Amino acid sequence: MRGQRTASVRTWLLHESPATRAQARLGQAYRVTRALARNPLAMVGLVIVVGLVVVAAAAPWLAPYSPIAGDLANRLAPPSGAHWLGTDELGRDILSRIIHGARITLLIVVLVAAISAPLGLLVGTVSGYFGGAVDRVLMGLTDVFLSMPRLILALAFVAALGPGIENAVIAIAITAWPVYARIARAETLTFRRADFIAAIRMQGASHTRIVFRHVLPLCLSSTIVRATLDMAGIILTAAGLGFLGLGAQPPLPEWGAMISRGRAFILDQWWVATMPGFAIVIVSLGFCLLGDGLRDVLDPRRGTKT
Amino acid sequence: MIEIENLDVRYGRTHVVRNVSLSVGAGESFALVGESGSGKSTILKALAGQAPSWTGRLALAGEPIEHRRTPSLARRVQMVFQDPYGSLHPRRTVDDTLAEPLSIHGIGERDRRVLAMLDAVGLAARFRFRLPHQLSGGQRQRVAIARALMLEPPILLLDEPTSALDVSVQAEILNLLKTLRAERRLTYLLVTHDLPVAAFLCDRLAVLRAGEIVETAPIADLRAHQLRSAYGRELVSLSLGGSSRGHASP
Repeated sequence: MRGQRTASVRTWLLHESPATRAQARLGQAYRVTRALARNPLAMVGLVIVVGLVVVAAAAPWLAPYSPIAGDLANRLAPPSGAHWLGTDELGRDILSRIIHGARITLLIVVLVAAISAPLGLLVGTVSGYFGGAVDRVLMGLTDVFLSMPRLILALAFVAALGPGIENAVIAIAITAWPVYARIARAETLTFRRADFIAAIRMQGASHTRIVFRHVLPLCLSSTIVRATLDMAGIILTAAGLGFLGLGAQPPLPEWGAMISRGRAFILDQWWVATMPGFAIVIVSLGFCLLGDGLRDVLDPRRGTKT
Repeated sequence: MIEIENLDVRYGRTHVVRNVSLSVGAGESFALVGESGSGKSTILKALAGQAPSWTGRLALAGEPIEHRRTPSLARRVQMVFQDPYGSLHPRRTVDDTLAEPLSIHGIGERDRRVLAMLDAVGLAARFRFRLPHQLSGGQRQRVAIARALMLEPPILLLDEPTSALDVSVQAEILNLLKTLRAERRLTYLLVTHDLPVAAFLCDRLAVLRAGEIVETAPIADLRAHQLRSAYGRELVSLSLGGSSRGHASP
């Protein structure tokens, strides 16, 4: 009975000729999900990313100790049953700090992606669609930002605005958008002269409508893929800023800052710097794997045909 | 219905269309024939508002065309493109494509209109939510024709509408175009290098060479191989020889 029902749901979703718009959209989403599920590495990435979100959301309940309150009698304790990942130089439980640090990492990644991807997408599509003087001005501006080393520019911004998570986010976002603008422009150029754009123009659509409803959706999937792949870089930049003391400020449990603190004891108490390092590596890897999987899936002519 | 007077189009220094004048009456079907590079597609582009700079006077359905595209132009003239693989947005379903012109012009009853138009171009309602890559070339061209007719324009510009299709499908699309024209009293301006297509679909034709009209003749003259100009006769004999030019006739 149950099996029959799931089978009929699936035929409904995969129906060759859907009866309503909603069925068509759901079917499309189901095909993408199914194609993604067939890629084991992408699933590993997805599990890691979902894990990060769950850990960040449930941090106060998951963490065995407070991330801030220390126990000086128990400082620099090696991993044990009581403290799975050991304690740091102030006797704080490293596992609890990593769990709480997931919130900061996720916050930075989401904010940077939410600022830079739409900005880059808009600049790139407008630039590619209109061409001419608009293109030259916008791409000149993009090149200026693109030519500056990411971490150095971020450092300059943080130095000007003062250290802290918000400023780190702004600094990373300012250095991240030009890549999306370049990709979106290159992609827009491949079809700006296509007949389907000429056709929609003949139907009287305004430039705004063409850019937002016809050009932008075509650049969306490559931007999503690129943003997912970039998240690893964003995490590393944020950790780098934290390591240099310019990101999250103590006592916030930011992973990069934790490594920086642990550096002093790296030879004798290796776990203090290594454990947050593992967290960074695993989460970055998760985003990379997921991004690769999405790239394989989000091509309308290949992945979703089945 | 379509008035062209002294049309000149230049792309940079190249003079693509030279002093072309012609007039197509309401309900008439007119063919522009010539080899590639003869400027026939450029004339179509000027009428469609896609040519960058032209001089002369163009009028569609009694109203002159400005150099800037106006919304009312969309309701007077629409176009069917040569390549059905490039003329449909790859991420939009048939329904999206057909409903878009209605949404641009604020026309209601979209469901009813979309279904009626699918029926008119011979597509079953089950194709409504398909994406272009789930359709065959002929089905795509039917969607493109349906899209052109959504705003019910009196004039259709046809830019080699069948030359990218299989021979068997070409005949279907040509029959569809013929039926639609009779049912809706449409005026066609067809651009083609395929003389049999012009002979099947049109009442009159103009032969173009290097941007100039060599001759204008009723289609009966083409059928009877009695074109007056030497170049027109040459085109006919090339078309009869057929194979060397590498395209089949329907």
